[in-house]
Amino acid sequence: MTTTRPLLGSPMTRLEGREKVTGTARYAVDYPVDRVAYAWPVPAAVARGEITAVDATAALADPAVLAVLSYENAPRLHDTDDRTLAVLQSPHIAHRGQFAALAVATSLEAARGAAAAIRVAYAPEPHDVILTRDHPGLYKPDEVDEGMPTDREHGDFDTVYARAQVRLDAVYETPPLHNHPLEPHAATAMWDGDDLTVYDSNQGATAVQHVLAELFGLATGKIHVINEHVGGGFGSKGTARPHVVLAAMAARVVRRPVKLALPRNQLAAVTGHRSPTIQRIRIGADTEGHVQALAHEVTTQISALDGFVEPAAVVSRVMYAAPNSRTTHRVTRLDVPTPSWMRAPGECPGMFALESAMDELAIACGVDPIELRVRNEPTVEPDSGLPFSSRHLVECLREGTRRFGWHDRDPRIAGKHEGRLLIGSGVAASTYPVYVMASHAEAHAGPDGSYEVHVSASDIGTGARTVLTQIAADALGVPLDRVRVRVGSSDLPPASVAGASSGTASWGWPVHKACTELRQRLEALGHSVPEQGLTVAADIAEDLDDREDYARHAFGAQFAEVQVDTVTGETRVRRLLGVFAAGRILNPRTARSQFIGGMTMGLGMALLEGSTMDPAFGDYAERDLASYHVPACADVPEIDVHWIEEEDPQLNPMGSKGIGEIGIVGTAAAIANAVHHATGVRIRALPIHPAVLMPPLAGARQASPS
Amino acid sequence: MRLTFTVNGRQQEADDVWEGESLLYVLRERMGLPGSKNACEQGECGSCTVRLDGVPVCACLVAAGQVQDREVVTVEGLADYARQRAEGGCGTGACGTSLDDAKRWQSKPADGRTGEAGAFPQQLSAIQRAFIDAGAVQCGFCTPGLLVAADELLERNASPSDEDIREALSGNLCRCTGYEKILDAVRLAAARTEEAV
Repeated sequence: MTTTRPLLGSPMTRLEGREKVTGTARYAVDYPVDRVAYAWPVPAAVARGEITAVDATAALADPAVLAVLSYENAPRLHDTDDRTLAVLQSPHIAHRGQFAALAVATSLEAARGAAAAIRVAYAPEPHDVILTRDHPGLYKPDEVDEGMPTDREHGDFDTVYARAQVRLDAVYETPPLHNHPLEPHAATAMWDGDDLTVYDSNQGATAVQHVLAELFGLATGKIHVINEHVGGGFGSKGTARPHVVLAAMAARVVRRPVKLALPRNQLAAVTGHRSPTIQRIRIGADTEGHVQALAHEVTTQISALDGFVEPAAVVSRVMYAAPNSRTTHRVTRLDVPTPSWMRAPGECPGMFALESAMDELAIACGVDPIELRVRNEPTVEPDSGLPFSSRHLVECLREGTRRFGWHDRDPRIAGKHEGRLLIGSGVAASTYPVYVMASHAEAHAGPDGSYEVHVSASDIGTGARTVLTQIAADALGVPLDRVRVRVGSSDLPPASVAGASSGTASWGWPVHKACTELRQRLEALGHSVPEQGLTVAADIAEDLDDREDYARHAFGAQFAEVQVDTVTGETRVRRLLGVFAAGRILNPRTARSQFIGGMTMGLGMALLEGSTMDPAFGDYAERDLASYHVPACADVPEIDVHWIEEEDPQLNPMGSKGIGEIGIVGTAAAIANAVHHATGVRIRALPIHPAVLMPPLAGARQASPS
Repeated sequence: MRLTFTVNGRQQEADDVWEGESLLYVLRERMGLPGSKNACEQGECGSCTVRLDGVPVCACLVAAGQVQDREVVTVEGLADYARQRAEGGCGTGACGTSLDDAKRWQSKPADGRTGEAGAFPQQLSAIQRAFIDAGAVQCGFCTPGLLVAADELLERNASPSDEDIREALSGNLCRCTGYEKILDAVRLAAARTEEAV
């Protein structure tokens, strides 16, 4: 069969679908391994302090127990930049839940029993775990999110804001949020001499390979990281996590392969999370809603072991024309678990604040919230002054207006009742940057007319394997069934992580480049493949350096209709619509699911998800899926997704923007804005729980004359 | 204890089993059937859903001792189970997916030959096919449990309403898909089964 129909843009079904529906897809602890042992960690029981003694006598009394590791006897590791990976190296405890010891046994049950029998004594120290706007430890970090400036200032915010006809000053808060991919962080580790093989659940085999090589002081070629199937990550598997270090360490000590799957209730402390944010937004505008001054000031936290500073104000450097602006980040170091990436870090909490504020401004000015956004559409990226490579936010808003039936909306607040239900609708914009990271790929033509493409990409459920096969087959000009793409191993050409919505661009580009060159070389050879085959390697580092300066972002608009029960305070989303402009959509089937999945996580953020720091114990109170509620099937309404096809030559050879994260950006604001439209109650601190809505709803009922 | 029970239509034995061990552990670590996933280990997420004497249960909450002389169906045996159901059941007890067959179902790197010429030759059940065709699979970790739960729903209710589906699957969490495609898959499987009879 030959085909000339382009495969890019066609809704290919997922290539590994069959393995996944038959239970034969192997995840990190699914591989059959002889003589395997099992490890179970012991989390620290103080928020800060020193371990004074580790008594393993009772644990070691069970003959099934092979070893108990702690700082006293664990192998020494080399230093890396990530201090969360220095497991069992010191008696010092930096946060509750940090690993204090590890039990290794011949069965999972014995390991778990041994972990419970280990007695760890501590000398606790006073701890400080609660973020406040005026925390004495607040400081200005050198940068946010690897290279972005901490603060930016344009014009004269203070003067223009003070003189503005309409002024808004509000504080928005987002709680700590947990990624909770369905597959907990897990690894199987095996040593063969100085060669280490790990089956690990991560978003980047190359990255984990490099970190393990550093920690164990070995050449990277000695480390083999396999992540063929990964049960989700959402940022929490974007770097090596302590479990894989523990598994490798334990395997070395007991001289057997070791499986370590973290129990769900340990994830909140050791696998990263979205830190809480407190965001003050001030907007000065004229009475028509033209923004003249905008300040977005973020307060957030990191841990004693560092961690990621949530860059939540960065969206205000991108979204709206504001001649006078200030965007700042202040952070304090607390004795808490170390924050990290969670889907759309920065953009997601930042746009909850900014898009809630834009809704408040629209109401203050008496302008339709869609029209308000259109009026403030910038011609260039406000902070950098760079032209946008493409920006179709207004088109998304207009298309959403039509599809959602926004024109039929009565703008009056709390005007629509159905019995005891109040009905309302809201809108918010979405945005996410376009990232590409240096990666390598190889394309090989076999003498039998088959092709193999190798890239150390990670398919964490996005459909990377499938879309890369489409890219390769298209570039080679051959049918799909002639191409086999291998991903999911650090033994393949090194590639970047499945993160920052950059996977398809970062891996697809070198795949495209290698395949295009292979095709040309085969054509030059008159299509006769040498007996040993022909291989072409590609690296896109120079291509990235050669790119012109543009502001590259995806945009979108989200619309929500909610009902609020005035008796119970429960909010339910009736409809969600997202319209996105994210470059060329390479596979509509997998893309659509990505958008909807992101919006669903945004719905969770709006109504269900939130974690509470226990001030006395210093850990997150909601550590399992019974207390940390992720949306279930019955929580999610009909979600409608559309996209505007963009032709943008400034992106990559496929013309694509990332789509893994933009779906969660703006959803919570659209829902909070809809709740305000329904009830007149403005919720500025997520999630919108019945307990939060009930007091103002009850107050409104008492005040009403009926 | 020596545990004797039926897994995917074949009688199996395991020795030196502690009665308090979870059925999930027995399946994954003793039987070599890792299709059922451990995601929460306390019955919240449904990733380990299997049939126990026909009833969908979280294998993580069933003690090994409880499955003595009973029948378990896992995702690895779902295709066979559905086929036998369509053919009117398995009277002899000798049919089913043998453990050796199930263990041989190794994941192979996806080879670009779509779902048609797959890793093992067995026919998929209607719900498995529908999950692939509807795009209901993303990371795949919730998929085995969802398939077992959805198949059980369709067994007792051949044309479920959307509310029926949401109710039946609300014990199975998915963090990737937003559920829409999963609902589509169940509808698709129901529609195809209806057409076929």
